[in-house]
Amino acid sequence: MNTIPTSQTVDLATVSLRELNQSLHRLGDRTNLSHWRILNPRGAHALACGLDADVTVEVDGDAGYYCAGMNKRATVIVHGNVGIGVAENMMSGRVYVKGDASQAAGATGQGGLLVVDGNTSGRCGISMKGIDIVVKGSIGPMSAFMAQAGSLVVFGDAGDALGDSIYEARLFVRGTVKSLGADCIEKPMKDQHRAELYAKLKEAGVAGEVDVGEFKRYGSARTLYNFHVDNASAY
Amino acid sequence: MCGIVGIFIKDPALEPELGKHLAAMLEVMTDRGPDSAGFAVYGAGSADTTKVTVRLAAGASADAVVSGLSEALGEPVSSTVRGSHVVLSLPADRLEDGLTALGRIAPDATVASIGSRMEVYKEVGLPADVAKAFGLASMSGTHGIGHTRMATESAVTTDGAHPYSTGSDQCLVHNGSLSNHNQVRRRLIREGITFRTENDTEVAAGYLSWRLRQGDKLDDALRASLDDLDGFYTFVVGTDTGFGVLRDAIGCKPAVMAETDQYVAFGSEYRALSVLPGIEKARVFEPDPATVYFWDRAE
Repeated sequence: MNTIPTSQTVDLATVSLRELNQSLHRLGDRTNLSHWRILNPRGAHALACGLDADVTVEVDGDAGYYCAGMNKRATVIVHGNVGIGVAENMMSGRVYVKGDASQAAGATGQGGLLVVDGNTSGRCGISMKGIDIVVKGSIGPMSAFMAQAGSLVVFGDAGDALGDSIYEARLFVRGTVKSLGADCIEKPMKDQHRAELYAKLKEAGVAGEVDVGEFKRYGSARTLYNFHVDNASAY
Repeated sequence: MCGIVGIFIKDPALEPELGKHLAAMLEVMTDRGPDSAGFAVYGAGSADTTKVTVRLAAGASADAVVSGLSEALGEPVSSTVRGSHVVLSLPADRLEDGLTALGRIAPDATVASIGSRMEVYKEVGLPADVAKAFGLASMSGTHGIGHTRMATESAVTTDGAHPYSTGSDQCLVHNGSLSNHNQVRRRLIREGITFRTENDTEVAAGYLSWRLRQGDKLDDALRASLDDLDGFYTFVVGTDTGFGVLRDAIGCKPAVMAETDQYVAFGSEYRALSVLPGIEKARVFEPDPATVYFWDRAE
């Protein structure tokens, strides 16, 4: 069965971005083409966006805005840097960035896993709704703004106003936090949280790279909610 | 939207290619600004000569302007015509006389820039067409900045295109929109700064000119603008020895930089940098919000 191709290489120097994305969108559940390699991305926007198939797409180089946006099921690996909004509104699947990410990495993500080996700029995980984000470097200012659910794990430092107006997302930062945003507080790191963090790291394939005991936990003080638990019976 | 590009050359061997690279970067930024484009190039110059880059009125003769000016000054004025612009080289000590005579000889012409090395060109049209009209690709120099415009705050005119000159050998390009430009303009007019347009970027340029006139260094002037200019902005400012970058406090507008042994380059998007030589091995990073960055040949 060696004659049936299972992988495909697309060179964006000769194939248009739209052609590539349309080919990826056409992949059905039963495709044999489970591995794609993209050459010469040269910062193109919306690369491998809107995928909905159990495939792996590897990008050799730097991608532009919204790479792997709205991803569902697919694994997207970028061997380079990415622009604004990588894995924005991801539903499921995995996105790995081997370099740095620009602003709004993982923004509004509903599920899946985003791993950034380098640093991210500001607003990482803004309005995240269930995605798990692991950043091995540091994150910029205003990260996890209005973060609703999911987890953000940072091996390095966090910039100003971390977790401003945060809801129920869980934040773990190993380094320093320049400042906390409104209603975001440090919370005790108990055994259950260390276990939870370890599970997240294991899921991301990076357990053992860092000591979970070195992380601090941050979350919502729950003073900005309009919802108050005493009113639960009214709904 | 708008796109900004800039390149500051560290390796003199790359200086003859400055215009070629700046033109390529500008063209990539067409998606961000298709209605007009402009650029400033810092090329050859000397301390005893001042270059006045003049945008002629449609149909005006460059020869008539140059001969009229030579006659008025009583000495030959050398010139280079590039598209609708002409670069006049005046003896530095005759600059005021020359500008007065120019106003009389060509009242409809616009002075785009004044400086010993800086030349500013701008025009309505697609960035590739604008670059071609002025022969940007063949220009050499130490550094240059450029802008592709998608108008939001004022009309699509050449006057609304960037860069805006902020003083001798100084200019500014801007991506964003200022929300308090009318108020700042009114106050600057009372301080004696003059404005040609309703454009918000011209206000930023006028603001920097005013701060510099008050004795600020350029980095201090940029820092002060964080307090006085309200809105979204990424500024790139060119000076005779280098360029500076400033983003607003929330980093609303994009900015990416790349540094190699040969150059430091700025782009609104990485795509603009992707056309540069050796970009694969460059250190690529994003400038932090509310932080003044400077690359200077003098240091």
